[in-house]
Amino acid sequence: MSEVPMSHILFVSTALFFIGMYGLFTRRNMITMLMAIELILNSVNINFVVFNKYLYPEKLDGIFFVIFIITIAAAEAAIAIAIIINLYRSHRSIDVDKASEMKW
Amino acid sequence: MSASAIIFYIISAFILVAGLLAMTTRKIFRSAIWLLFSLIGVAALYFWLQVEFIAAVQIIVYVGGIVVLIIFSIFLTQQSGNEMPKQPLKRIIFSALAVLSGFGLTFLQIAKYNFQPTTKNFDWSVSKIGSQMLGTKAGGYALPFEVVSMLLLAAMIACIVIAMKAPSHPAPEAKELEDSKKNLARTLELSNIKSQNVLPLEEDLGGAST
Repeated sequence: MSEVPMSHILFVSTALFFIGMYGLFTRRNMITMLMAIELILNSVNINFVVFNKYLYPEKLDGIFFVIFIITIAAAEAAIAIAIIINLYRSHRSIDVDKASEMKW
Repeated sequence: MSASAIIFYIISAFILVAGLLAMTTRKIFRSAIWLLFSLIGVAALYFWLQVEFIAAVQIIVYVGGIVVLIIFSIFLTQQSGNEMPKQPLKRIIFSALAVLSGFGLTFLQIAKYNFQPTTKNFDWSVSKIGSQMLGTKAGGYALPFEVVSMLLLAAMIACIVIAMKAPSHPAPEAKELEDSKKNLARTLELSNIKSQNVLPLEEDLGGAST
């Protein structure tokens, strides 16, 4: 366990975060943007667990934050998909560029 | 390099490759499947960190819930075999530049800070998590727990309300269906008049539509 330095695990979570950011920047389809957000939330969860385990092993707060983040991510995905399906019904498309009624 | 370290590097390469493919492939269904593999890889990383409870929650909620929901919505809204349109090269280059510079900046800070992990064992158990989760003393998480339960209830009701078809504004296909029903009723009426049939119209319609 100790032969893997902590910065390597943080490298993985940082890279996952920025892969999610890349997807959020380049994709224009709402479902794929939602997937990018899920990747970002996962990278944050990895960070919470790693900091809790290696820096404050006598506490459990990181674990609780991870549990709450997973719960809120599930609620957020459900709401987002309801909105996407409703938008698809009215616009026949889930491209963010085509849903521009509420822009400005 | 021990076996544990080798397993860690394999898991992290798997996570990153699957995540990168999920964000770059142009077929949306494949993107969802790569996302699934990436999330399984994150669960494997939790197993490697020996927090099996979080790994189980990750598999149940993410892999079993969210990805299945995403795949369902892909089937409802897309032609899943079609490729998504190509993005302009300018956007790809600039977002890759922004992301790479952000990554470099963040990782530079992490490498500079030089975290010193403690050697103590991480002692968690499900009973400890449960008693602190519902504890009302200092450090207890009873209030956030209740707030999250209210949030889930609100999200469930909101999903039903948002995805419900509004009766005043029928969707195009519902309107078409209604029109075709009206046409059917008219032709039935005509045929009824022709054949001097005295059967009530509703019964005919019900039989025709089922």
